[in-house]
Amino acid sequence: MATLFGSGIKRREDPRLITGSGTFTDDIKLPGLTFAAMVRSPYAHATIRKIDTAAAAQAPGVIAVITGKDIAGKVGPVPCAFNVPNCDLKLPPHPALATNKVRYVGDAVAMIVATSRAAARDAVDLVDVDYDPLPATVDPEKAVQPGTAQLHDEVPGNVAFTWHVAGGDADQAFAQAAVKVSLRIVQQRLLPTAMEPRSAVASYNKATGQLTLWATSQNPHIHRFLTSVTLGLPEHKIRVISPDVGGGFGSKIPGYADEFLVAYAAMTLGRSVKWTEDRSENYTVTTHGRDHVEYVEMCGTGDGTITGLRTKIHAGLGAYASTAAPGVPTILHGLMYSGAYTIPNVKGTVIGAYTNTTPVDAYRGAGRPEATYLIERLVDCYARRIGMDPALVRRKNLIPADKMPYTVATGITYDSGDYHAALDKAMELIDYRGFRERQEKARKDGHYLGIGVSSYTEICGLGPSQVAGQIGFGGGLYESAIVRVYPTGMVRAYIGTRPHGQGEETTFAQIVADEFGVPIENVEIVAGDTESTPQGWGTYGSRTTAVGGAALKNAAVKVKEKAKKLAAHLLEANEADLEWHDGKFQVKGSPAQAKAFGELALMANVAWNMPAGMEPGLEASAFFDPTNFVFPYGTHIATVDVDLETGEVTVLRYVCVDDCGPHINPMIVEGQVHGGVIQGVGEALQEIAVYSDDGQLMTGTMMDYAVPKASQMPTIESHFTYTPTPVNPLGVKGIGEAGTIGSVPCIVNAVVDALAPLGITHIDKPLTPARVWAAIQQAKGGAR
Amino acid sequence: MIPASFDYVRAKSLRDALNAIGTDGTKVLAGGHSLIPMMRFRLAQPGRLLDIGQLAELKGIDLKGRGARIGAGTSYRELLDSPELAERYPLIAEATRGIGDVQVRNRGTIGGGLAHADPASDMPAVMLALGATFNLRSKGGKRSVAAADFFTGAFTTALASDELLIDIALPAPPKKAGMAYASFEQKASGYAIAAAAAVVTKSRKTITGVTLALTGVGDRAYLADASGAVGSHGDDAALEAAVANVTKGIDVNGDIHASVEYRSHLARVVARRAIALALSRAG
Ligand SMILES: Cc1cc2nc3c(=O)[nH]c(=O)nc-3n(C[C@H](O)[C@H](O)[C@H](O)COP(=O)(O)OP(=O)(O)OC[C@H]3O[C@@H](n4cnc5c(N)ncnc54)[C@H](O)[C@@H]3O)c2cc1C
Repeated sequence: MATLFGSGIKRREDPRLITGSGTFTDDIKLPGLTFAAMVRSPYAHATIRKIDTAAAAQAPGVIAVITGKDIAGKVGPVPCAFNVPNCDLKLPPHPALATNKVRYVGDAVAMIVATSRAAARDAVDLVDVDYDPLPATVDPEKAVQPGTAQLHDEVPGNVAFTWHVAGGDADQAFAQAAVKVSLRIVQQRLLPTAMEPRSAVASYNKATGQLTLWATSQNPHIHRFLTSVTLGLPEHKIRVISPDVGGGFGSKIPGYADEFLVAYAAMTLGRSVKWTEDRSENYTVTTHGRDHVEYVEMCGTGDGTITGLRTKIHAGLGAYASTAAPGVPTILHGLMYSGAYTIPNVKGTVIGAYTNTTPVDAYRGAGRPEATYLIERLVDCYARRIGMDPALVRRKNLIPADKMPYTVATGITYDSGDYHAALDKAMELIDYRGFRERQEKARKDGHYLGIGVSSYTEICGLGPSQVAGQIGFGGGLYESAIVRVYPTGMVRAYIGTRPHGQGEETTFAQIVADEFGVPIENVEIVAGDTESTPQGWGTYGSRTTAVGGAALKNAAVKVKEKAKKLAAHLLEANEADLEWHDGKFQVKGSPAQAKAFGELALMANVAWNMPAGMEPGLEASAFFDPTNFVFPYGTHIATVDVDLETGEVTVLRYVCVDDCGPHINPMIVEGQVHGGVIQGVGEALQEIAVYSDDGQLMTGTMMDYAVPKASQMPTIESHFTYTPTPVNPLGVKGIGEAGTIGSVPCIVNAVVDALAPLGITHIDKPLTPARVWAAIQQAKGGAR
Repeated sequence: MIPASFDYVRAKSLRDALNAIGTDGTKVLAGGHSLIPMMRFRLAQPGRLLDIGQLAELKGIDLKGRGARIGAGTSYRELLDSPELAERYPLIAEATRGIGDVQVRNRGTIGGGLAHADPASDMPAVMLALGATFNLRSKGGKRSVAAADFFTGAFTTALASDELLIDIALPAPPKKAGMAYASFEQKASGYAIAAAAAVVTKSRKTITGVTLALTGVGDRAYLADASGAVGSHGDDAALEAAVANVTKGIDVNGDIHASVEYRSHLARVVARRAIALALSRAG
């Protein structure tokens, strides 16, 4: 049988998902279901004088109006679970329902439970909250300046933490350097915009004390744990189910007040409760991404060797620290300051700030896109300063393949890779030299073309659990899987991760089917229900395949080892004399003497004739805890045409060469790259969440927040090199976030390259026509 | 995204509709693609919707003679499905193709778009450039209003609360006119930051007439003066000069997508581009 590993078969989940046959959380219907709606603050910062719920409580269909007073001592604060050490992290209480003070537009002050969604929504308008508005602060840099509005009494100056990272001696490198370049960079706030908004349904059995919570979750086991902590409910009495999940991009990692409140309401009211946010709510309360104001600098020699990098980062956390928030701009960001290069001296300070805005947490790439972006922008500035082609500067500084595995200045060790090969391939594919010639000609005709390169590596496949402990992550980062073979030879595999669009129902089935030599139709992958799936830490950080896939592979190997022992027993042969061929164990040199996998499945499950001491059944579970992270990498190159008159940027070509090791399913890998690149191009050209100074989200709907549309996106020419990692048995690296990480800087570099003749050295993303035009006017001396 | 509760009635005839309209809290529903979103945000909370979407009296494109008559209830899709209309008024097809997406064009109606009078919507500028007249009716009578007098401000028109827009009368286009629509879109909404509709005539190489309408720029679509182009050959410098003052006297919008200055600049750019394109199609 041909192996499935490496075959670009169509995604098995798609017929279900694209014909409306999936089951999402909001599809859950239960007898006597009630509906919740949240009363949310219209102010970014205000003292609550009084909450009058009387009118709402009497409205038709309303069952309960719950306020912060009602839940005192019953629903704990919303937890933060990434307690980054050595940075004086301050985690002020985050009440599930505000009682004294609201700290961002969308902060919940009351919850309505009613017999219909419409009744609940109508009653929201009847809750009368008397607010005393306070001055707000929304910018992470301004928030920590003296005299700014203070969010939390426990956090003087709004400083959530000050985190340092260093490797080598950056200060000395800068002191001695021939060339220094610096930039102030704003990495704008983004709205993750999963297609499916968040939703939660809870049902509670008073007699058994059993809580069942359906939730849009990337990590149901983490949600079970957080629910247990927040509600004080024993963990074994909680079942969390995340059914089909329509994307998350990080925004469905955190534990939110909403889910805990829904669970609390179900427990106290004795009715099952459903809450589903609408898109406006999704934009105001579901976590945002990025939000950095950065001062960054790079130094090097006059002939193109980069010797140092320094940063000072203001990272906005929003009003409260969301579940993983403190780890994103620190661990997942600062440790990557050498990028794909041999930069020997790095030093960074990250100042986390509380602001009167929606909490910020992981968003596709989580910290690494921000690192890659600042490094790649600086490389271009440095190259321009020394008059060297930016692609050549990259080639000169990339970590050479023969130095792998390579330990960078911050102390982490990159697993494997040939970074130069990816750069060279991308340059050849886009005809880098030829484009430079065309660019030259076009400039003479008054056309502004540009080319931008970005060479990245990123840290993913999170990660060794021991490291998780050291960096303050409130959980493990191993994965586990159970492979269960039925008497008829059909297989169900239970996994601890929660794929939500990435395609592992297909790729994981490919792994298992290959191992057993059975058709893929015989294998079912089960995820998302804590009742049936083993402990896992979820799908994020491009870890599902690199960690969870490895656990699954190991479980399948265990099953096969047992099957082999059974085959030897049934064939009255020595185990060592057996070989695996085409779905059968057969005696070497005597292929007629064989036991097919299906037959072994039956014999193991009926247990009529087991070897002495062997347990009946055919199943195994495995835990996999990697020894290191994995580091996918690559080079992305874009060419652009800038319309000087309007500032409009047109991407002419987009070439990417990524390396994530061998591909289980090349089509799915390519799909991940496409999705990632589109989100990156969106970030580079058009996506931005805008707050007014008084904390109103000005981009609260899709009429103002520019999620990329197909018609606005370039054709993506996706190519690969294939370098396995030694870190896991599959040799695979994560590819879920690489596209976003690699793409943002190459677009911005290309636009700045196009405008270089005007003396433009930097424009903050997103490079909307308005911003590009303004930069052009300024460069032309319009002083506008 | 749940609207406040409301009643719904479907008009069976135009007379039926005219009798019902104007009663307190009643709002006319056509394609619903402007009204329903506003209701879902609870920016509009009408007590009763009067659905005129099924009224045959409001539908259809009549091309008898040299002009045209378009029923207010005609959908954008139906406009695009008429090759004869596109031939006589290519401007309509060019602008309509850029409105919203397939669903919006399938449901949205030309009358709804005009009555809604969104400051950034496309059809008002097209109607101004073509010199349209709007025929209105109430229980008490009929009247006609020129497009130039119809749009009175952001989301406000000459329509009285008991009036319906029945149809749109278009005069014959000037002989051998070239027409063009140029829009610079806001990337999220797809609405125009600034858009221009131009109708240009020429004699040999010389421009003999320019009608220019802009939308997205101020609180309503308006006819702008580009007569400076008349007599020129439409070279860049001449057009540049002709559009230099197209925002004069207009209170130009500034928002998170475009500053006043940038939008004013774009107004000039789309105006020039529309005239140049129309000129290339004239004759
Ligand atoms: C996603 C999206 C994108 C869009 N993009 C664009 C775009 O790019 N450009 C653009 O121009 N528009 C755009 N639109 C708006 C669209 O053009 C309007 O929805 C449509 O034109 C309005 O027509 P309707 O039939 O849907 O009107 P409705 O929403 O039914 O009604 C709109 C208003 O007009 C009134 N009304 C309707 N018919 C009459 C009548 N005959 N007499 C009197 N009053 C009447 C109604 O009472 C209501 O106040 C977009 C809409 C959406 C939802």
